[in-house]
Amino acid sequence: MKIPAKLTDFMVDRLGLDEIFAFAKKKTVPVHKHTFWYYWGGITLFAFIIQVLTGVLLLIYYRPGPDAYESVRQITYDIHFGWLIRSTHNWAANIFLLSAFIHMFSVYFMKAYRQPREFGWWSGVLLLIVGLVFGFSGYLLPMDDLSYFATKIGLEIPNSIPVIGPTIANLFRGGVEVTEYTVQRFFALHAVILPLVFLPLLMFHLYLVQKHGMAVPEAEEEVPVEKRKTMPFFPNFMAKDLAMWLITLNVIAILAALFPWQLGPQADALKPAPAGIHPEWYFMAQFQIMKVMGNVVRGFAGEALGMTLFTLGILLWFIVPLFDMNKQSGRRAKIATYFGLLALGVVLIFTIWGYAAVA
Amino acid sequence: MASFRREASNAPRGANRTMNEEINQPHSEPLDEENEGFTRRGFVKVAIGGVCAAYGVAVGYPIYRYLNSPVEKAEAAAAVKEVNLKDADKLPKGTALVFKFGTHPSLLIHHDDDTWVALDAVCTHLGCTVQYNPQQKQIVCACHGGVYDAKTGENISGPPPKPLTKYVVNVQAGSVTVSRSA
Ligand code: FES
Repeated sequence: MKIPAKLTDFMVDRLGLDEIFAFAKKKTVPVHKHTFWYYWGGITLFAFIIQVLTGVLLLIYYRPGPDAYESVRQITYDIHFGWLIRSTHNWAANIFLLSAFIHMFSVYFMKAYRQPREFGWWSGVLLLIVGLVFGFSGYLLPMDDLSYFATKIGLEIPNSIPVIGPTIANLFRGGVEVTEYTVQRFFALHAVILPLVFLPLLMFHLYLVQKHGMAVPEAEEEVPVEKRKTMPFFPNFMAKDLAMWLITLNVIAILAALFPWQLGPQADALKPAPAGIHPEWYFMAQFQIMKVMGNVVRGFAGEALGMTLFTLGILLWFIVPLFDMNKQSGRRAKIATYFGLLALGVVLIFTIWGYAAVA
Repeated sequence: MASFRREASNAPRGANRTMNEEINQPHSEPLDEENEGFTRRGFVKVAIGGVCAAYGVAVGYPIYRYLNSPVEKAEAAAAVKEVNLKDADKLPKGTALVFKFGTHPSLLIHHDDDTWVALDAVCTHLGCTVQYNPQQKQIVCACHGGVYDAKTGENISGPPPKPLTKYVVNVQAGSVTVSRSA
């Protein structure tokens, strides 16, 4: 199975593979007691790859518009292994967001957003936001009762933006109610527009990771450079990355096989919402914050207030590299750490609270 | 480039041996195999290959069945033995009815002499759907001018190489049953 030397030379010359390999080999991965956290970006990437592949497979039978529910019913119950492809797509989506969150928080607490990695941080936060919109837009596509009401509720978020909110929500819905028009445009969003936004951002993000390499956490910074341990990214760390991917694949396969995704009754605008309806876990914190805010400040103002606070938090999260810039652990570094702990705490508490409230 | 390939192919061994050792003996691979016959490395290679193949099948098989699903359904539908056409016994003489036998369009013709004929309507040339021409009392194919006998399905003129498949017709009160001749 050796590739003939002439052919490799041909490829190397014509495609400039030398430079690419040199670029790939340049990076080394620091080895220390927090090295574990370096795998989560790769796991997220792998889950995304699964999303692309299973997404294309679902596209083969999925029909957006008035037929949406029936086509998902066929995929789930008629087409051979359709349930498996659909469940894999759903589970991988959850793994994608979970590992993205873990990746983001580990990057945050390792302070890996500092110079020169600001753009890595910014592109990463944007990728997560696009990932969440992926999750939201994909949720409606089966058009069962849960997805119908979840989308109705979700669109209340843009709706609560002052003045322009209702216009934006209507544009998303393609009307004043969630209908087959909504499915059609959510499908366009989910399968065309978001990938077009996501892929260049992802390439940029990966390029930056390769260019700057992994950051070392503050504790490790104190170790003198000669004493730090590293391993080459290519091929050593990549082999470990691949091993992680295999584990991830197995986990997703087990989840998809043992807990196949269900399809509820068809969405019906005249039927009441199913009891205990709540969003997916990755929107639970927002859902609960809005609910609490709505109770504290009655009416529309409460939701607007919740939205504003939330947006402000994300904005602060986004610009943290401009605030906490120095390598030395100064006052700003501590503030950033506390802010991170606060954010993590708020997300966890409101998520748990949200689940407790619907249980 | 050369060094890239060497390191890449040595990657799985990194777990047992240090990188240094490998770089000092870049040509150890063929020697080992000659001297020891069935080596540990050989075994690991086969094992890894086997695991990869197993994963390939585990992932590939469901995807193949998934993509092939409509084909399997169509094949199942094509395998029907018999079709019952309600009220087809009222078909006027000298006219034809197009119906589906499995997946194929098919023709039921009620001839002037009160005989009934059912034929596959897929042209044996390149698969166009043929039609019954009541004036000429022939079956014609518009694509390349193929002509068939309307009673036997025999290919009379034009490019069709074979006659049309003939079915068995059973006329009873209220319906006509068409079945594959055994
Ligand atoms: S397909 Fe009928 S004559 Fe060619």
